[in-house]
Amino acid sequence: MTLIAFILLAVLATVGYVLNRQAAAAITADGTRLHSLKHFHGLFSLLSVLVPVLVLLCLYLALQTPIINMVTMASLPDGVLDGMGDGAQQLVLAEIRSVSQGRVFGTPEDWKIIAAERMVALYQYADIAMVTMVIILSSVILVLTRRRVTAEFRARQAAETIIHGFMIACSTVAILTTIGIILALAFEAIRFFEMVPFTDFLFGVNWEPQIPIREDQIAAEGAFGWLPVIVGTAVVATIAMLLATPIGLLTAIYLNEFAPRGLRAVVKPVLEILAGVPTVVYGFFAILVVAPALRGAGADLGIGISPNTALAAGGVMGIMLIPFISSFADDALSAVPRALRDGSLAIGATRGETMLKVQFPAAIPGIVGGVLLAVSRAIGETMIVVMAAGLMANLTINPLDSVTTVTVQIVTLLIGDTAFDNPKTLAAFALGLMLFILTLGINVLALRIVRKYREIYD
Amino acid sequence: MNDMRLTERNMTDQKIKMQARGVDVFYGDTQAIKTVDVDIQDKTVTAFIGPSGCGKSTFLRCLNRMNDTIDVCRVTGDIRLDEEDIYDPRVDPVQLRAKVGMVFQKPNPFPKSIYDNVAYGPRIHGLATNKAELDEIVEKSLRRAAIWDEAKDRLDQPGTGLSGGQQQRLCIARAVATNPEVLLMDEPCSALDPIATAQVEELIDELRERFSVVIVTHSMQQAARVSQKTAFFHLGELVEFGETSQIFTNPQDTRTESYITGRIG
Repeated sequence: MTLIAFILLAVLATVGYVLNRQAAAAITADGTRLHSLKHFHGLFSLLSVLVPVLVLLCLYLALQTPIINMVTMASLPDGVLDGMGDGAQQLVLAEIRSVSQGRVFGTPEDWKIIAAERMVALYQYADIAMVTMVIILSSVILVLTRRRVTAEFRARQAAETIIHGFMIACSTVAILTTIGIILALAFEAIRFFEMVPFTDFLFGVNWEPQIPIREDQIAAEGAFGWLPVIVGTAVVATIAMLLATPIGLLTAIYLNEFAPRGLRAVVKPVLEILAGVPTVVYGFFAILVVAPALRGAGADLGIGISPNTALAAGGVMGIMLIPFISSFADDALSAVPRALRDGSLAIGATRGETMLKVQFPAAIPGIVGGVLLAVSRAIGETMIVVMAAGLMANLTINPLDSVTTVTVQIVTLLIGDTAFDNPKTLAAFALGLMLFILTLGINVLALRIVRKYREIYD
Repeated sequence: MNDMRLTERNMTDQKIKMQARGVDVFYGDTQAIKTVDVDIQDKTVTAFIGPSGCGKSTFLRCLNRMNDTIDVCRVTGDIRLDEEDIYDPRVDPVQLRAKVGMVFQKPNPFPKSIYDNVAYGPRIHGLATNKAELDEIVEKSLRRAAIWDEAKDRLDQPGTGLSGGQQQRLCIARAVATNPEVLLMDEPCSALDPIATAQVEELIDELRERFSVVIVTHSMQQAARVSQKTAFFHLGELVEFGETSQIFTNPQDTRTESYITGRIG
């Protein structure tokens, strides 16, 4: 029925388009000039029907189930729900719902079967009501818009207003989602900080979140100092950036200024493929190739290197970020006006001097923006570190040690048995919030730098 | 504004600074310049005039090998600077461009301070051994480009913050800072207002005392005002070349006459 409602709506909106277009065409038949083109008269009707009814339809679908649930529960015989808690009532509702969909387990009481039948009936009524609503509402709007077609009617402005509103609504979705994410994180994090003092979290040097979540479980006492975790993140991200920044920038400089055209045509797409490799595949590379190689090299030198190291994870993450940085830097270098390059060459500067002293400095805003975005990615990257860096929260800056990162800890905290009234689980949200604040800060910084220095050479 | 000053010229015979013989330029398969012969005298302003797309800028860019930076461009023929073939494989285009400076159509100061803009050339060519010498070069260049008075109090401010006319004079200062022997100017006034144009034109006349100046221009009045020699290009060919006064008052070729009187172009 829902599908029918949507199809009906589409058909009626199209009818509106055709009708209004024809009406507009009829006006022009005797040589009268329209204010707006025929197309806009049609579009006005189409949008007038489509947008409000569509919004209403979505609202209807979203509210239908909760309201039917409420009605069903309210119409149960007196007394059957007495003494039941919230959870038990939810179970009753779930049972009625599955009976109504024909999945009967055991022998439910008669009143449940009656309630289920009532629920089925309610859904049928709701479906009919929905389709009726779509037909009536669309038709009414259709007639109203049809009557507005005159030579003077500003159909273009009217249609543009509707489109304008639609675009605002679309952009609001992204903003509302972001706010929702922040709120979800913040509420859970606040619950965590009610159990664990904020200062303990921020300045604690021990991270042992494995506390019992059932009475009979044997586990550690629990310590929630995030320093080892954030230091681990910093170490891995630093290694990644130390590798990716110089290689990425030099790649970009070479490709932009010095590479022959044929080579550039090959290398650019290859780099883009590298950027498209899923991070989990980089993770394989880290544990199967890089980590054993490091271990072997360490053994040759007489240094014991653990199988999971920050160096392996950071190194592979750096490789992952090379195409990211090089493509950003290449774009920034290409955006530098050719006039600056010519000006420098005409003074007798070599191409190297021109690149180093003119093009590169002029491109720095774009390059810094790209590098900072890469830092954000390095901090937020999960898969490679899960696979290659380890789970031990060591407070160390030795790249040959096993470390763990914020994202890895979030993953491990939320895997397996979780109870959402327990600091172990809630710690994940606190970490997530801190991570979010951190990357947000870096992104804001990146955007500010880009904006401040943008187009300074114009 | 300056009037047509054709009569005030004292046409001393200067020695030939640059000499082009049989120069052809190709962009891919299209020929942009067809067998051009030109002599550019020392301490003289030579103007290249002609309708858009006639190849005058292309030819100008041959004189300091700026066309080398365009992949598809190919130059044949013989161009000599002080008797030396500038397309000889032994000649380093980088050193050549230090001797043959260039000013572009649109002012293109680097996004650096005014001081650094002018000091750019002397620094990369190692013309100054210490800060005092560099300061001196910068001041001298800015004075030669007639922008010292406007710029002296703001040497550390970005060159991009100047007005269009000031930027163009800054670019001229930047070009003369490396002590070139020839200065090429590719429509240096086309992005400037009449007052800035007058200032730059006056400057070009002063620069003639030290350098050989070659200027590409769309404005025939400008060519008449600033140059002693004029070359008229049409469809990639050098139609006529001679004393500016003679080109403008008594052209030998009918095409030149048509262009000057505004019938083609």
